[in-house]
Amino acid sequence: MALLEVKDLKVRVEEREILHGLTLTVNEGEIHAIMGPNGSGKSTLSHVIAGKPGYEVTDGEILFKGEDLLAMAPNERAAKGVFLAFQYPVEIPGVSTMNFLRTALNAQRKARGESEYSTPDFLKKVREVSKSLNIPQDMLKRGVNVGFSGGEKKRNEVLQMALFEPSLCILDEMDSGLDIDALRIAADGVNALHSPKRAMVVITHYQRLLNYIVPDVVHVMSNGRVVKSGGKELALELEASGYAQFEDAA
Amino acid sequence: MNVAVAKTGNGRAVSDLFASAEGRLPGSPSVIAARREAFETYERLGLPHRRIEEWKYTDLRALVGEVLPLAAPPDAAALKRAADAVKAHAIAGARKLVLVDGVFAADLSDVKALASEVDFKTLRETLEKDSGLLNTAATDAVIALNAAMATDGVVLDIADGAQLSAPIQIIHIATAASASTFTRSQVAVGKGARATIIESFVAAGAKAYQVNDAVILSVGDNTDLAHIRLMDDSPDAVNITSQFVTVGANTKLNFFNMTTGAAVSRLQGFITLAGEGSELSVNGVNLLQKTEHGDTTLVVDHAVPNCFSREVFRAVIDDRAHSVFQGRIIVRPDAQKTDGKMMIRALLLSDEAEADNKPELEIFADDVSCGHGATAGALDDNLLFYLKARGLPEKQAQALLIQAFVGEAIEQIADDNLREHVIGIAERWLERRQ
Repeated sequence: MALLEVKDLKVRVEEREILHGLTLTVNEGEIHAIMGPNGSGKSTLSHVIAGKPGYEVTDGEILFKGEDLLAMAPNERAAKGVFLAFQYPVEIPGVSTMNFLRTALNAQRKARGESEYSTPDFLKKVREVSKSLNIPQDMLKRGVNVGFSGGEKKRNEVLQMALFEPSLCILDEMDSGLDIDALRIAADGVNALHSPKRAMVVITHYQRLLNYIVPDVVHVMSNGRVVKSGGKELALELEASGYAQFEDAA
Repeated sequence: MNVAVAKTGNGRAVSDLFASAEGRLPGSPSVIAARREAFETYERLGLPHRRIEEWKYTDLRALVGEVLPLAAPPDAAALKRAADAVKAHAIAGARKLVLVDGVFAADLSDVKALASEVDFKTLRETLEKDSGLLNTAATDAVIALNAAMATDGVVLDIADGAQLSAPIQIIHIATAASASTFTRSQVAVGKGARATIIESFVAAGAKAYQVNDAVILSVGDNTDLAHIRLMDDSPDAVNITSQFVTVGANTKLNFFNMTTGAAVSRLQGFITLAGEGSELSVNGVNLLQKTEHGDTTLVVDHAVPNCFSREVFRAVIDDRAHSVFQGRIIVRPDAQKTDGKMMIRALLLSDEAEADNKPELEIFADDVSCGHGATAGALDDNLLFYLKARGLPEKQAQALLIQAFVGEAIEQIADDNLREHVIGIAERWLERRQ
């Protein structure tokens, strides 16, 4: 079943069109990779799906589980099951990770009409999840991402993914700023969370991340459009021949 | 503008304020004479206005207009309402001293429990013998007016070496609308003592009233004093408070002010570090909304060497509210090895919110470490989006970031219970915004 349907999406940022009619369908349980050179519109797509302000959709639509995603506020999208793992997760001094996680999880549950977690129940849950991802407890006491290494920030994103249990995870340049060990740890976390109901969209510039997270479908983006889609072998092909061949096609 | 303003906006003669109250003001004939002299100073100066440098951002003539007549002493019904307010605002475990409409209310206070550890009198009692408590700087009109009109207050003497087993909470309750209260308190903390003093300002039904409070605090050598002030007067009220603080040697003084109420408020503190080796921590949070005007004006005077002072202030300004912070650090010629820093940050939640921050250093010694900083800005959009993308609605995302913003000042409160209490006040203010 189609989870995410992006249809002929056109997006502007300050008078400049970045996406020129992008179409993409992601089904439940699938792993999609979106690859492309810098400036091809990959991050714009992820931001528009998550609802970041500053982007103007001039044409097309995005359906999530059949509903109009663009009509929803970012927090409503999160409650419906959209999760964007940020390329550069922000630091929020003065807000402990634990307090942030509980507030966010309960806000999502409240929006869905579910009961909010009590403090003891929440603590139990967050301990289970962080243990399964090998995240030390003292990281949860610190301010959100404050003083975290690049790897710790990405693990914190994976922890949130595990806790909020979204049905669509978009990983925006997850490999940026990570050494190979940190990348493997983060990728292992992502793989552990993949399920027949949960789809992943992996946005990346480089093929190396796809050695760890193996996609079902690879899309090549260039100049604001998907210019080619194929199986995982397409990523290897790109690695060998580069993006230049697509730049003319777009 | 003329030096003397003979009449107020309502056509009431300024002198009526004193003449109509004189019979009710406590004190011996010499005290009354001192009051009359102070009132003449006030009459000569009039309410402070923008052309007086210290009051540039808080023009009381424009913001307040006139001083309301002295409140009548509370009747039985007023005391009943005050009793309910005490229940609502008492801090668990604290020993209460309650002033209702500027008059000490013994029945609402814990005088007996307090008397076992502290020497306590009312200002009224003290003034029967001695006018000394009215002697404060007469160059500031609101201070002179306070000296002229003060009806009551608490006079606490904490003996050398006393280790108080419970905080003392002075609660000011307003029940009378369209009236002024004038209170003046003195707290002397003896050498080696340890104490916590909390002051609360609240309304019990009253709306447009005016509070003019003065506090004279002397802190002896080797003491450890926590002083918390929680000003939550009615949104239509005026609160002008002047504090005079003298700190001895090797002492730790930790002060925190929270402003969540009053249409117009000003806390002006004059703190002198008069003994070497002391540590002063002065912090506060102003949470302002609608058209509220909240002013914090502080002078920290390093009069001797080797003292340390830190000021951390946060102002959150919504709607058309106006925040003022004026902080001056003076380092006298002898005060070598002074380490004094202040930081004020204002958070503007609306386009019409206004912040005036004015930090000043006056340094006359050459071997010191002093600094100040002032910022004003909006919430960070990137942080807001991150929180919203994790499911927090806009106002809740703002609330979390505002809590973090004020947290840095609130964290300076050492006592866990009091810190939690203050965090609770901030949380309730934020809930009202949602």
